[in-house]
Amino acid sequence: MAPVTLKKLVKRYGNVAVVHGIDLEVKDREFIALVGPSGCGKSTTLRMIAGLEDISDGVIEIGGKPVNDLPPRARNISMVFQSYALYPHMTVRENMGFSLKIGKVQQSEIDQRVNEAAAILDLEKYMDRRPSQLSGGQRQRVAMGRAIVRKPEVFLFDEPLSNLDAKLRTQVRTEIKRLHAKVQATMIYVTHDQVEAMTLSDRIVIMRDGHIEQVGTPEEVFKRPATRFVAGFIGSPPMNLNEATVDGGRLVLKGGQSLPLPIEFRNKVVAGEKVIFGLRPDDIYPTGHGLSSGEATDVHELSLPVSITEPLGNETLVFITLGEKEWVSRMLNPRPLAAGETIKLSFDLSQAHLFSAETGKTLRS
Amino acid sequence: MDNNAHRLKRRGLKALHLVGLFLAMLVICLPGLWIVLNSLRPTVEIMAKPPVWIPQDISLDAYRNMFGGAGQGGIPVWEYFRNSLIISVTSTIIALIIGMAGGYAFARYKFKGKSAIFLGFMLTRAVPGIALSLPLFMIFARLNIIDTHFSMILIYVALNVPFTIWLIDGFFRQVPKDLAEAAQIDGCTRWQAFWQVEFPLAGPGIASAGIFAFLTSWNEYALAAQITRSVNSKTLPVGLLDYTSEFTIDWRGMCALAVVMIVPALTLTFIIQKHLVSGLTFGAVKG
Repeated sequence: MAPVTLKKLVKRYGNVAVVHGIDLEVKDREFIALVGPSGCGKSTTLRMIAGLEDISDGVIEIGGKPVNDLPPRARNISMVFQSYALYPHMTVRENMGFSLKIGKVQQSEIDQRVNEAAAILDLEKYMDRRPSQLSGGQRQRVAMGRAIVRKPEVFLFDEPLSNLDAKLRTQVRTEIKRLHAKVQATMIYVTHDQVEAMTLSDRIVIMRDGHIEQVGTPEEVFKRPATRFVAGFIGSPPMNLNEATVDGGRLVLKGGQSLPLPIEFRNKVVAGEKVIFGLRPDDIYPTGHGLSSGEATDVHELSLPVSITEPLGNETLVFITLGEKEWVSRMLNPRPLAAGETIKLSFDLSQAHLFSAETGKTLRS
Repeated sequence: MDNNAHRLKRRGLKALHLVGLFLAMLVICLPGLWIVLNSLRPTVEIMAKPPVWIPQDISLDAYRNMFGGAGQGGIPVWEYFRNSLIISVTSTIIALIIGMAGGYAFARYKFKGKSAIFLGFMLTRAVPGIALSLPLFMIFARLNIIDTHFSMILIYVALNVPFTIWLIDGFFRQVPKDLAEAAQIDGCTRWQAFWQVEFPLAGPGIASAGIFAFLTSWNEYALAAQITRSVNSKTLPVGLLDYTSEFTIDWRGMCALAVVMIVPALTLTFIIQKHLVSGLTFGAVKG
């Protein structure tokens, strides 16, 4: 009932454009995350959807109707702010019921809906407290409660977890996911944290400098990044990226060493072409310590000295130098390694990515 | 031993602190007490040299006379009181309304020449009021509004507006912008968001601006002495002059009228002060 469509959306401050004509279709009841580094225009886009920022150009439709000229209150949306923005002079109950009171809903119904939301979020004990008497996590839940009570068609989240500590963040993240399953509304979630985006959303929109780099499911953006930027942004630790030149059947890395050209790309590049070679840490592993993909077809082995290691318990990150750059490899079922020790590393080139050095776009078609 | 010396030193310091505070309070409060005292005793005792510290002959004659009407040394104190009240209250309300609108605009909106206008407002405070009295008198005389409530209200509004704008601007700045936006998403119009959320949170600041504006108008003498002429518009501070005549000054009567002036101002400040709860915005955002 409430898909959200952005058509050639532009935001300008004076002569400076911060959002450059983006197109996006959010399906009804979809959970979509806008993710990108700070200053990429994701918050501005969200605020335009909310009606808190004027739209310089383009159209926003909610539920099929253009809302460009509608004030925030007429758009049937709710928003959870990064700062929570609870009304400090009202109790939790009043905060949550405020929108209904303004909408002149009957007191009995207000009570019922507020109690319902409080039950979902486990807030019943705190209903008569003021925001100043709550912890960060509780305030966050009240802010979500205030959004739920309105029963909007679209929920907007503006970095709702960034003021919480790491443990609470994981907790509230799960709560948001559960909330989405329960209320069945369209949700648009802005974050700079790719882990939040990956874990929560049906689809991810990766933005940079006011442009959309890629839209896709978490799996798509992880496995088939459309640009070099997406490749480096999604995944932790990030993908190893290195400049290289195509030379016959080999890729000569900047700094001298070379690797065979991945089979998948053999007829997609020409000799002398400059490319960016990318391989995730999971796909470089000390031989015998990788993911158990039995029939890897394009594995290349190199012996290289270890520079440092970062043990994480169930796995160890092994840093090695290849070409001019330091590469990260992920070692499963780790055994102790000494710095300087030379080990055999398997490069699973069937998982490799090549991007045009010029445009940054993937060379996979 | 060492511990003992330490404790002694701390006690000594505390005693010193208290004595210092007492002396400071004495300096601040004594004139006020002296006025109250002088309103209760005859001129002979007030003027005595060496001064009589302990009052001998206490009476409420001055107050009785003051309200007693003409002929018994009375002055039209009710009229003055009424004028003071009308002028102070009206000018305070107007200054607050303009101050709220202006303060909000300065706190929330960007517009051309913002800092220049703000600086301009502040500069008006640098002009001594008395320097304005002659030009104001001439203009008001031409306009034929000398000796009216209107002229005094106009002056006091002009005097107070820069100050109320400055003060209220500061308080609106402390109210996070997110709150008004959240209210708008919750279904408020811009106007409702202001009254439902921003106004209650800036309330204490607006109240203190109100106290300042009221006290300025209530106590102002220099300009009122020029512009007011008769019971039509004379305010209490100007009324004090009624106790001076060609050869004598009725110090007792003057002090009694001063007490009458101070009491309402003090009461009002006490009532409103209770509402000046600071830190009301705490808990709105993260923290």
